[in-house]
Amino acid sequence: MPGLGTSFGRGGATTFQQDLQNSDCIVIMGSNMAENHPVGFQWVMEARERGAEVIHVDPRFTRTSAMATKWVGIRAGSDIAFLGGIANYLLQNDLYFEEYVKHYTNAPVIIREEFTDTEELDGLFSGWDPEQGTYDVRQWMYEGMEVHGSGGDPEAGFKATKGEQSGHGGHGGGLRYGEPPSEDPDLKHPRCVFQILKRHFQRYTPELVAETCGCSADDFVAVCEALVRNSGRERTSAFCYAVGWTQHTVGVQLIRACTIVQQLLGNIGRPGGGILALRGHASIQGSTDIPTLYNILPGYLSMPHTEAYGDFETFMKANRSPTGWWGHYDAYWVSLMKAYFGEHATDENDWLFKKLPRIDDDNSMYWTLEQMLAGNVKGYLIAGENPAVGNANGKANRLALAKLDWLVVRDLVEIESASFWYDSPEIESGELKTDQIGTEVFFMPASAHTEKDGSFTNTQRLLQWHWQATEPPQDCRSDLWFYFHLGRRIKQKLADSKDDRDDLITALRWEYPTHTQIREPSAEAVLAEISGWEVESGRFLPAYKELKPDGSTACGCWIYCGVYADGVNQAARKKPHWEQDYVAAEWAWAWPANRRLIYNRASADPDGKPWSERKQYVWWNGEKWTGLDVPDFEETKEPGYVPPDDAEAEAAIAGDHPFIMQADGRSWLYVPQGLEDGPLPTHYEPHESPFDNPLYGQRANPARQQHKNAGWDPYNPVDGEPGSELYPHVFTTYRLTEHHTAGGMTRSVPYLAELQPAMFCEVSPELAEEAGLEHGGWATIYTARSAIEARVLVTERMKPLVVQGRKTHQIGLPYHWGTRLLTQGDSANDLVHAALDPNVHIMETKAATCGIRPGRRPRGAALTEFVAELRDQAHSRREMSPRAESEESRKTAPS
Amino acid sequence: MKLRRLIASWPVVHQLKNGDRLALGPAVKSQRSHTLKPRIHDADHVVQSICPYCAVGCGQLVYVRDGEVTHIEGDPASPISRGRLCPKGQASKSYVQSPLREYKVKYRRPYGTRWEELDLETAMDMIADRVIETRAATWQAETEGGNPANRTLAIGNLGGATLDNEENYLIKKLMTALGVVQVENQARI
Repeated sequence: MPGLGTSFGRGGATTFQQDLQNSDCIVIMGSNMAENHPVGFQWVMEARERGAEVIHVDPRFTRTSAMATKWVGIRAGSDIAFLGGIANYLLQNDLYFEEYVKHYTNAPVIIREEFTDTEELDGLFSGWDPEQGTYDVRQWMYEGMEVHGSGGDPEAGFKATKGEQSGHGGHGGGLRYGEPPSEDPDLKHPRCVFQILKRHFQRYTPELVAETCGCSADDFVAVCEALVRNSGRERTSAFCYAVGWTQHTVGVQLIRACTIVQQLLGNIGRPGGGILALRGHASIQGSTDIPTLYNILPGYLSMPHTEAYGDFETFMKANRSPTGWWGHYDAYWVSLMKAYFGEHATDENDWLFKKLPRIDDDNSMYWTLEQMLAGNVKGYLIAGENPAVGNANGKANRLALAKLDWLVVRDLVEIESASFWYDSPEIESGELKTDQIGTEVFFMPASAHTEKDGSFTNTQRLLQWHWQATEPPQDCRSDLWFYFHLGRRIKQKLADSKDDRDDLITALRWEYPTHTQIREPSAEAVLAEISGWEVESGRFLPAYKELKPDGSTACGCWIYCGVYADGVNQAARKKPHWEQDYVAAEWAWAWPANRRLIYNRASADPDGKPWSERKQYVWWNGEKWTGLDVPDFEETKEPGYVPPDDAEAEAAIAGDHPFIMQADGRSWLYVPQGLEDGPLPTHYEPHESPFDNPLYGQRANPARQQHKNAGWDPYNPVDGEPGSELYPHVFTTYRLTEHHTAGGMTRSVPYLAELQPAMFCEVSPELAEEAGLEHGGWATIYTARSAIEARVLVTERMKPLVVQGRKTHQIGLPYHWGTRLLTQGDSANDLVHAALDPNVHIMETKAATCGIRPGRRPRGAALTEFVAELRDQAHSRREMSPRAESEESRKTAPS
Repeated sequence: MKLRRLIASWPVVHQLKNGDRLALGPAVKSQRSHTLKPRIHDADHVVQSICPYCAVGCGQLVYVRDGEVTHIEGDPASPISRGRLCPKGQASKSYVQSPLREYKVKYRRPYGTRWEELDLETAMDMIADRVIETRAATWQAETEGGNPANRTLAIGNLGGATLDNEENYLIKKLMTALGVVQVENQARI
């Protein structure tokens, strides 16, 4: 994810779960770790047992709050104000870790004169193009330096500026030189990052935080003080977050705000410090590393683009950073093409670059949804996902499935995405009629994890192998089997094709050994391909530094290079923890290069000595870097190493610069390139919010993606617009311990269905009183998209907050339910809109507005009428309002 | 004799005789509980696995007898989970053996009103044909501006976060070769 990626160089958790035990203070925000990552939470409890402070900042009081030493309740969607407030507290009171900030971050770097901050432009950064609704990111660059990479190098003629396409999927940035050209080591220059940061957050005072977030100023300051008390040479603090941060129209900037706090406190790359991104699926980290994402190839290599890049040479020039480890982009790329196409990829044919498919700026999930609704998508394959329940705006998703010509659904049970044509809510409402749906549906039963070999990459970048226990029953098959045999059949059918479009199919390396009667492909053989080998000898490669740009090596994912070193499945190593130290380097394998705590060069001071005895981890012993972990640094590069002017790749990274994926070796407080919506995080209100932005005229993230005129994604009136009173409350969606996401893996399990048997909403006693809701009774919750019903859970764990002087109610909604399986209920995602974060196209499920009333929702056609009536009422009131155009009109004001 | 045995089997006697005064140990063991065996006792084999739910990555031990999973429990060797599992992980045997689990391919023809049976091989062949036909009918060699495109925008693939790395690898590899660019997963969702 670019939040971590642009700041530090890699889009993964900087630390590992067990290391939380070394923390002196753990802040959990955007996560209910005790309930959603319960077993990982034991390491928070270990830390607490050792005396650590545990702070939970969350709209709801949950079991995580109950286990914390302090809970601060805030309004959903106000987290950047809170984190920006912490940054301001550190900067205004000189409480940052000075030596760390000066040496390891880009605080001293001077930014171009053209750059203008949100403080001066009332919530916009310079470079805003109101017509395109995008920023010209070149104005944010370091002084004296050209923008590099696919982010828009004018020399290379790029047009594409989308965040994930630039900076290697948001992973580290390319710059012209190793050392930024202009910097002020004293941090005094008015245009140095440090001073810009200071001015940017100067109005994020404790009072402003209290007014925006709905907490008390004292509670906020107490969190700041705890962090200060527990950071520095002797102590470290960690942050844990989950999709409570990611799923916002400012999701990436939210995580960026946390990275700024942790950089200022000097907590990255050190034991007990770091940022632990808590992923929600067994292999969600893996599915971005080896992406099933449109815009990247394995190892965060860019997909070729229809408008940008041109030929292979330009593509390589744009993506290969002259300095840092992205300096070997060509080696990573060519090795991937050798793994994909073998002897067909040659130097002469530019490793088949001309033949590769091209993407546009956005071919992401919600773009596809729109294309499906328009009838442009004919075929769709779904493997282990349930968009009918799990995606924002469920109705649009179900209507879209009905527009397909053919659909393949692979799952263990018949989920809602497979059955939409006969039992979706739209069948009930009459919007869909079974005998009028032309979609051909193939339901293909899938294997469980116990019926196949393979590896998951967990939340801490750890590849863990699971062995097959039994054979898959009857028609059940692994996805490995399905895609292998699908590819084999297609290859066979097209074997004689002379058509240009089939060239890559013919060239595809698709030979994998199979076993048993069903011809299951060998997962280990695929892992070996991912890890890489020397083409001529077949020798398995030990690490990515051996990859070559000349076609002599093949590697399916350069960051996973070495997971099959020596022909041994390193991910399958299962040495018990009692036979090794707490880092447990011989349990499974972590990317990169089995480093468990990354950027660990920063655990030592600029001279290579541990910051303190208490916090020693990796250090320079006079000859090499050594310590408890694999050093995330060249083993023998001296701390005093100064790169010569003409140095390239890793040789251009100085001995005291720990962030080796970044072109300047520093962590980025300020991101000059790689993000769509600003070099610094700024508090914006959620897309749907009952409030105005207290800081700026610009209410919400100006660069957020909206589907305003599409018809399928209507929005509630906001911030006091007439009509907004129909949707006065804030709702946030979340997960329960006993269920998993869209429920396909848990609503089918009897025990779990019994433990959490019904959809419910959490409301405060005050709201229950106001709205006439009864504990255990029914409530109808509605937005401009839909209305759902839920059982009412009245609890003091939900508290009304006073925001900008007004009392605000928040409603909590678990999102696991659908029309099928052992426990059934309405889907919270039917309420959620699909306005997206501009960097990663992720929707805002965590903060939006809604109305609530007692009783069950209308059935059948009356439901659609109910929703439409309220929507029309709201929108007609809004049209009378001069504020309706306020955001639009003011977008053109600053330039 | 009978009476003596009956008295001797009375837990309170054991409590007094064996020093297990709170009746938490051997005093309350019956003949039956002596011969009870855990259900893992007769397992043919046990394999080390990883929980399929969230990304904590807890270790699991999967016990098998006669080709069926008989028990799943936490793997004490894991440095991350140290033998623990949450309610989902503990229930994962029932996930594998859910009463709702589907074992056969199901097919719904266009405008059809019910599921039909379909042979797995036939289904695979039909899907391969659908991909080939859709791709051929919607192939975009160039953009309107004349730049290379090499793709179809009429096919999409969704899924990955719950799959194995090896599976994701084959998906992206195959789709890239097919010119299918709309490959997405839950990381977006």
